[in-house]
Amino acid sequence: MLKINNLHVSVDGKEILKGIDLSINAGETHAIMGPNGSGKSTLSYTLAGRDGYEVTKGEVLYKGRDLMELEPEERAGEGVFLAFQYPVEIPGVANTTFLKEALNAQRRYRGEEELDAMAFIKMLREKTKELGISDDMLKRAVNVGFSGGEKKRNEVLQMAVLNPTLAVLDETDSGLDIDALKVVADGVNALRSPDRATLVITHYQRLLDHIVPDFVHVLAHGRIQRSGGKELALELEEKGYAEFADAAE
Amino acid sequence: MANPTTPATDAFVSAFEQNLPALPGRGVDWLDALRQDGIRQFSDLGLPGAKVEAWKYTRLRPLEDTSYRPVAASDGEAAVDRIPTLYEDGASARLVFFNGCLRDDLSRLDKLPDGVTVQSLGQAIADDPDWVAEHLSRIGDPDGKPLLALNTAMMNGGVVVRVAKNVRVETPIEIVYVAGLTETPVAYYPRNLIVMEPGSDVTIVKHHNGLGVGAYFANSATEILVGDNARLRHYRIQTENLEATHLTSIHARVGRDATYETFGLSAGGRLSRTESFVRLEGSGAHCGLNGAYLMRGREHCDNTTIIEHTVPHTTCREVFKGVLDDEARGVFQGKIVVHKDAQKTDGQMLAKTLLLSDSAEIDTKPELEIYADDVKCAHGATTGQLDDTALFYLRSRGIPDALARNLLVQSFVAEAMEEISDDHVREALTNLVVHRLPAQCYLSEEWTREKAAS
Repeated sequence: MLKINNLHVSVDGKEILKGIDLSINAGETHAIMGPNGSGKSTLSYTLAGRDGYEVTKGEVLYKGRDLMELEPEERAGEGVFLAFQYPVEIPGVANTTFLKEALNAQRRYRGEEELDAMAFIKMLREKTKELGISDDMLKRAVNVGFSGGEKKRNEVLQMAVLNPTLAVLDETDSGLDIDALKVVADGVNALRSPDRATLVITHYQRLLDHIVPDFVHVLAHGRIQRSGGKELALELEEKGYAEFADAAE
Repeated sequence: MANPTTPATDAFVSAFEQNLPALPGRGVDWLDALRQDGIRQFSDLGLPGAKVEAWKYTRLRPLEDTSYRPVAASDGEAAVDRIPTLYEDGASARLVFFNGCLRDDLSRLDKLPDGVTVQSLGQAIADDPDWVAEHLSRIGDPDGKPLLALNTAMMNGGVVVRVAKNVRVETPIEIVYVAGLTETPVAYYPRNLIVMEPGSDVTIVKHHNGLGVGAYFANSATEILVGDNARLRHYRIQTENLEATHLTSIHARVGRDATYETFGLSAGGRLSRTESFVRLEGSGAHCGLNGAYLMRGREHCDNTTIIEHTVPHTTCREVFKGVLDDEARGVFQGKIVVHKDAQKTDGQMLAKTLLLSDSAEIDTKPELEIYADDVKCAHGATTGQLDDTALFYLRSRGIPDALARNLLVQSFVAEAMEEISDDHVREALTNLVVHRLPAQCYLSEEWTREKAAS
């Protein structure tokens, strides 16, 4: 589903990713772990198409297509979703309006019928129930006045509504207490399916107790330094990232 | 001082002399004297130029370059197929003017309860000249205001609203000015008078709407008296055409425990300036003076406000949001004056501007002038551009760039919209904003349907 070959990315002329190779198949969950500044967020923003992240070498193929030539909204329409590390507050736009606009924009992109207000609300009710999201959170402006946990749950709600085929979760666990972490993880797990791929980006092993990955990769200094099964996460938890800090060129 | 001897000033003075016999209330002594006094003041002051501090950022070039003739009755006769309104058909009372001329055929006042009178200025002068004389040009302070003086001299239409003591008017009143479609540039001068007796309550919506083409100069003035414990919600919508010059002033006096709430949406006009002068004259008086403006092309929009706190325990809140695209220019001059005796004043002013283009420009001048020592006053002003992170966030969810920008502009304006206490009006104005947004592609379901239907 996703194939990253020798990806080099620069931000403000500074090379952050220095040759990433990564292949993710449908149905798989991969975790990327790494110390601060290793390029984790750069990778997620690059996949989602943020301005200012310049691909200088290599390619990203998504369902066999060059992902980098698409606008962010086109990537979303193709089924790519990024759960933000820091979800953005948008005052004056109700959460429900935002969700409906986003879903219908994606449906228009794919040439599907838009959902009418009734059908949308019915679908939304089901999702919010599963995720324990209150009506109040839907009525309020997007992420405005939300607690850290509410913001992350709102990201998972968006993911549930938009139903992506490739979900990238950028530090979804940061700032969450254990209860909130469980809610978020349950939400993500509920979306796991043979048609979907998930890429979990995290600093801590803790999240991976709840979202158990098929593969774990260690990112440091802009490259994947090591790959393994879920046990690699436990090893990292024990030893920390010191080993990879030393591996710097 | 202004330059009183410009050809433009002289042209307005001679237009007055020619037009005088046709003006309403001709032969009523006090009114004739008022008009003469007005033209004398205007002639003395002249059209304000760049040397006048209050007009430093707004030049009246269209008035200097264009010759406007006063409207004649025949200018008001064209068919008007769409009357601007915020309400379902029949839900409001309204007086409609086309090119400054009253259109009885489009007006409708049958919904109003006892205790409220809505009539044209000419009718009010004919019916009860003594009452009009007591109020007209007595509420606002005419000193040093050349455009108000010009309006006083030339006033040829307008609406008088009187609400009796303790009368609560449920039906909103719309005052509608539609202009345009004349072959040569015209000028019209509405003068409105709103007098609310103690304990009364009413919503008044004023529209200034321009039809596609035709240059015109709308010089309007509104005097407002909000009696003790009365409450006025006064909403103003300016959607003039691209050849229009719109200069308007509001002069309000607010009594004890009374509330004057106003919101002005400026969303069209080559050159526009709204001056608001509000005096809070009774303890417990409150003023909410808010607005939003969305300008594009080479439009110029100026909001100049002065709120005066003259007695203790009065409050005001002022929120203005401006959105400027292309080469549009905005001006915000806001002043809160706290008189020496006006202790415990609470005044808040906020002016924020969003620039959507590198060529758009804003001049913001917030001022506090405080002579009392126990007050709480603050002002804030910011200018910025669309937030890239927020834009990316929306796009990453599949929302196309243009729609995402529109949502963010809408979200920016919302902070001012929230000051509107009337839910229906807030929604209607939000809709107007959405339709006026730069990319014009807000594909909300309702709008898509509406477009498909039309």
